[in-house]
Amino acid sequence: MTYDLTFAKEVYENSEEGHWIKMCMQCGVCAGSCPMGFLGAWTHSPRQLFQMVRAGLRDEVLSSTDMWMCTSCYNCIVRCPRNLPITHIIHGLARYASVQGKADPKQSTHHFAKDIFWENIVATGRVGEAALTMKLYFKDGIGEGIKQGLEMKDSALGMLKAKRLKPLPFRGKIKGYPGFKAMLKKAFELENQKEGKA
Amino acid sequence: MKEYSFFPGCSSEHNASAANLETSVQSMCRMLDIKLNEIDDWNCCSASIGYAGGGVIPRLALSARNFALSKQQQGDRDLVATCAACWLSMRETSERLAHEPEVKEKVNIALKEGGLSYEGGIKTRHLVEVLIEDIGWDTLKGKVTKPLTGLKVAGYVGCQTNRPFGVAGDSFENPQYLDRMIELTGATAIPYAKKVACCGGALMFSEQEKSCQLTREIIQCAVDGGADCIVTPCPVCQLNLEVYQGKINQLFGTSFKIPVLYYSQLMVLSWGGSWNDAALHQQVVQPDVLKRFV
Repeated sequence: MTYDLTFAKEVYENSEEGHWIKMCMQCGVCAGSCPMGFLGAWTHSPRQLFQMVRAGLRDEVLSSTDMWMCTSCYNCIVRCPRNLPITHIIHGLARYASVQGKADPKQSTHHFAKDIFWENIVATGRVGEAALTMKLYFKDGIGEGIKQGLEMKDSALGMLKAKRLKPLPFRGKIKGYPGFKAMLKKAFELENQKEGKA
Repeated sequence: MKEYSFFPGCSSEHNASAANLETSVQSMCRMLDIKLNEIDDWNCCSASIGYAGGGVIPRLALSARNFALSKQQQGDRDLVATCAACWLSMRETSERLAHEPEVKEKVNIALKEGGLSYEGGIKTRHLVEVLIEDIGWDTLKGKVTKPLTGLKVAGYVGCQTNRPFGVAGDSFENPQYLDRMIELTGATAIPYAKKVACCGGALMFSEQEKSCQLTREIIQCAVDGGADCIVTPCPVCQLNLEVYQGKINQLFGTSFKIPVLYYSQLMVLSWGGSWNDAALHQQVVQPDVLKRFV
């Protein structure tokens, strides 16, 4: 059997902070430090994903839901004996899988982070919490939305009463929105060149 | 008077989920003669899950735009955040712009489209760093007029105020600054094993049951330790621990009803501020246990 480093090189070059994967010595401290690991949320730990990248398992890595289980707690970063930016490598792999069309668009964190949260902030320049929550609840249709809303109604009422939630009107755009939008358009052009899909 | 450039972040907007943090922070700063000058027309920092939609350059451009505005409006004044995720995003952006010329160049090409540029030079700080480094422990303690004697508090630092950057030279595994803040108000910081455990963060929205499992353990640990309330510096931790208690009780058959507060609320109360100054009227789980100190 020969080594095929095609996929590893692809990740080193194109996935955010991916080049650090070469430095991983497979100790497993990241695996033991991940809060989601104890809940069985993932099949492969960061350590295993990194070795899978080096083994050329492109489909298995990019279609994995494991990266999307990251809570961004940064335990793995501060504990890694080689000081690898593991959280960022995992975020990078998640983003790369999304850009390559390998991540399931319905995977809950992928869908929430990309289609709901990011779209929410670029729509006005800031997070609109009411619009965000509504869109999240109603992502699986009206019936499911009402069910979810009812389940969380006590919390929502509590937030309303505490003046920490304002359902209407949704927030308007920041004053410099045209410039903000032009900035992001250019930023995505540059990003797409790097990610190889321009 | 000490003045800073201020990035409140989306959750600290009027009528947003951390309005109680913002109100109590403003009261606290008034009492310390600190002026927080909000950046005019700031935008979202991208929070902890901006990577999925924003990749590298668009995501970092968000904080860079805020830096550019801050510099334009307030010169080299330190830029202060109160939200853990905002602070982390700003610190990350700041370090990457300083150490990666290619990233800085691209971010500036994007900024230029909006008529802005940023060449560096602004220091990004968390408000607790300002309190510790610029105000000092003695001054903070000297402000106490109504010590919160007998109040047992679980100091919950959480993740992003602590990792990967850290505060006050503390360790990542057992940081001390929050317990010191609790103790200076006259309250007792209980030993708390879940001090730096993760609440699930933004995954409370997408993986609710798993996040509730994490949150349940954090609350359980505080309750088992005899805490009257939980105190945190982070708006995501506060929200997840307080607002989801009903959901947690429903999922796990628990009966939690423990107030979850910000360090700023404890300080304001112990310094003689009113219930409303401390934004204690803006809690979802009512902090009745604090009423004896008003």
